Amino acid sequence: MLRFVALRVGRALLTIALVVTFAFVVLRLSGDPALMIMSPDAPPEALAAFRQAWGLDEPIWLQYLKYFTAILQGELGQSFRDGRPAIQLVAERIPATLQLTLPALALKVGLGIPAGIYAALHRNSAIDRAVMTFAVAGFTVPSFVLGLLLVLVFAVQLGWLPSGGQESWRSVILPVISMGLGGAGILARFTRSAMLEVLGQPYIRTASAKGVPWHQVVRLHALPNAAIPTVTIVGFMVGTLMAGAVVVESVFSWPGVGRLMVVAVSNRDLAVVQCILLLVSATMVTSNLIVDLLYGVLDPRLRGTAPAGGGH
Amino acid sequence: MSEQVLPAVAAPPKRRVAIPPGVALAMLWLLAMVTIAVLADVIRPYGITAMDLRSRLQPPVGFGGGWLHPLGTDELGRDVFSRLIESIRMSLMIAFGATIIAAVFGTTMGFLAAHFRGWVEQAVLMLIDFQASMPFLILALSVLAFFGNSLPLFICLMGLYGWERHARISRGLAIAANAQGYAAAVRQLGAKPLRIYLKHVLPNIASTLIVAATLSFPEVVLLESGLSFLGLGVQPPMTSLGNMVGYGREYITRAPWIMLSPCVVIILTTLSVSILGDWLRDRLDPTLT
Repeated sequence: MLRFVALRVGRALLTIALVVTFAFVVLRLSGDPALMIMSPDAPPEALAAFRQAWGLDEPIWLQYLKYFTAILQGELGQSFRDGRPAIQLVAERIPATLQLTLPALALKVGLGIPAGIYAALHRNSAIDRAVMTFAVAGFTVPSFVLGLLLVLVFAVQLGWLPSGGQESWRSVILPVISMGLGGAGILARFTRSAMLEVLGQPYIRTASAKGVPWHQVVRLHALPNAAIPTVTIVGFMVGTLMAGAVVVESVFSWPGVGRLMVVAVSNRDLAVVQCILLLVSATMVTSNLIVDLLYGVLDPRLRGTAPAGGGH
Repeated sequence: MSEQVLPAVAAPPKRRVAIPPGVALAMLWLLAMVTIAVLADVIRPYGITAMDLRSRLQPPVGFGGGWLHPLGTDELGRDVFSRLIESIRMSLMIAFGATIIAAVFGTTMGFLAAHFRGWVEQAVLMLIDFQASMPFLILALSVLAFFGNSLPLFICLMGLYGWERHARISRGLAIAANAQGYAAAVRQLGAKPLRIYLKHVLPNIASTLIVAATLSFPEVVLLESGLSFLGLGVQPPMTSLGNMVGYGREYITRAPWIMLSPCVVIILTTLSVSILGDWLRDRLDPTLT
């Protein structure tokens, strides 16, 4: 068990290191930052001073090493735009993003999983077909289209809810619905197919054949086994708590991390972009790690051996 | 580019089967979209930047507008119908291009991993894990922030989407194929690895790869339209479906038709490809998820 945990934690750390390397490589591939940030016709002394300030005149491996240690110490640079530490700018936005993504996650889980279970238990019924149609719509309608259609109906036509901004609890409703519905559809589809797969197993037939009441078969035999694939998807959704709202925050002018990301990308405010990249990957990797460890709890067979990467 | 891909995506399976009506409708819609994309310059009644300042913000036919501009006009008096046609072409071109790049790149990586094994395989697997564990939108946004935006770069970036799916599938299938008689036989006959993989292994696993491509195609459309909607994808004066939605959003109270027509096209197109992809998967390779 200890080996299992250690392997997983090692892989999580490796992924973070890869993200840092990715940021470094992309940053250096994209050209001379000094020329990019300052205009090309800036005086050479200013360029040289900038290069020295950012350590750009040193050999590349030393830069990489310094870059890595700086990040390990939590030094993520300053926003080129307003000179404040990037990490502070990003941290300020986190609560606003969570205000949207946490209720959206609750909506996905609370709507998607029961709908999927119900659809699987009543296969080919009208409700099953309705759930599946809804699920397909869930991942073919992009969240910004859904968001704008909701704005058109509930804010512009009916005037019931605000179309954007962060004023009262009512401003949360439309963004949460536009994010949550699609995810609920995806989750319903996965839960349904996981349940159907489990319900076809011999041990379910055995349990029913020996006279266990059906609701007990479902509760004690089917649900725990169907939980394993479902946990993967939910884990992925938890991982996108930080990153999942990029588009929707822009639709509703919500002052969260995603909106900051979009603005930073259009301004090429690299320190902020890099900080968000690290924040997002850390969230993602942590939730993947938790899912991996949960597997060990849910499925004792996985504890001993840690399968090689590639297959999820 | 699109003419070559069309038969691969829409070709009926070899055995004659009844095509469900939903799938037939989806095929019809996609056929219409591809036709529009190919013939865009012929069908389009106006230039996409042609302004008609006397008929600005004109509603579509049926909502008080005339047949001169069937889907209405925007703030600058540009014809929404013409812009929609051009957007369909641009979005489809990017999605096709990106899907092909992802398929070629992913399959190559998968074959390399299967052929060399050892550390090459480990490196490829690590890249796959990395790609799969990061939200692609964030990676794409970071690259755009670092490199700036141009259309070729944007298509290549979209082409990174979903490569890991192809790599994973082709690696698994190529390893399996290498263990089978036919690959060993041609190897014994002296065929070079390149020949074995391209002429013998690839045709045998093509159907699975095509299904994987159909599954990632709608996701690329959504990704492209999302980025363009944010103003970080296709740049004006070029236009794409997401671009139109982003522009139309400013006029949502006064002229919702600018936004609605590209929204409808996005939804119907991704829906059609998903329906078709699901159907193809059920027919060709039910094991794929």
